[in-house]
Amino acid sequence: MSWLRRGSSEPLWKEEFPVHTADERYVTRRQLTKFLVLTSLGMFAGNLWILIRSILYKAPLYPQQPIAQLGEIPVGGVKLFTYPTKEDHCIMIRTGEDEYVSYSQKCTHLSCAVYYSHADHRLECPCHQGFFSIKDGSVLQGPPPRPLPRIVLETRGQQLVAIEVKG
Amino acid sequence: MRSPSELPPQNRGLTAIGGAMSLIAVLLIVQIWLLTASLESFLAGNRHTALPAAIFSGLMFLVCLGLYAFVARVDSGVHGPKGR
Repeated sequence: MSWLRRGSSEPLWKEEFPVHTADERYVTRRQLTKFLVLTSLGMFAGNLWILIRSILYKAPLYPQQPIAQLGEIPVGGVKLFTYPTKEDHCIMIRTGEDEYVSYSQKCTHLSCAVYYSHADHRLECPCHQGFFSIKDGSVLQGPPPRPLPRIVLETRGQQLVAIEVKG
Repeated sequence: MRSPSELPPQNRGLTAIGGAMSLIAVLLIVQIWLLTASLESFLAGNRHTALPAAIFSGLMFLVCLGLYAFVARVDSGVHGPKGR
């Protein structure tokens, strides 16, 4: 950064600690400007880090996991399971004779477990009254910033198999 | 009230430096907002916002660097090469 100090023949320490009071105002302003520019560099580095992470991002490979037998739960019934790992709790609801939907049970606000409200036909988070649509997991009300991740189900013979997480 | 050209050279320099600092502060606030917005977007799974965010952030950093060079030039201009 020596090009930024053009015309100065004094050593840096002498510039930073001036003898005259009037010069001190310049030093504090210049130092604050330098600090602000370095912070700006930090913000740029943060954005670069996000860019590199998104370039190197690889879509995860999800396991195929049998969840339930067809007709195992009644219409309006619920089954809890874990997918894709044992720590990821999910909820499956039978919404019609041949209709099943499944979502992550973790609220996108503060990760409380959501439950199915049969009376209101929606998923509810009891912690902060966040409500999610049963159709697509979108936020109906409350503080959650994003929809619930959806578990993609596939029917194989008499089995319901979880194949992917979307969102 | 005196016009800027009537001010002593040291005060003129301080005014210019103050203006440059204000511009840098505004750019920095925009950069902070840009970083939080692109991080939020990245964590939500939208990866297409990262490139334009990085480009704009880099441009703003370059403008800040240019303003800092201006501040350094004003500073050395007011004091002169052996002004201390």
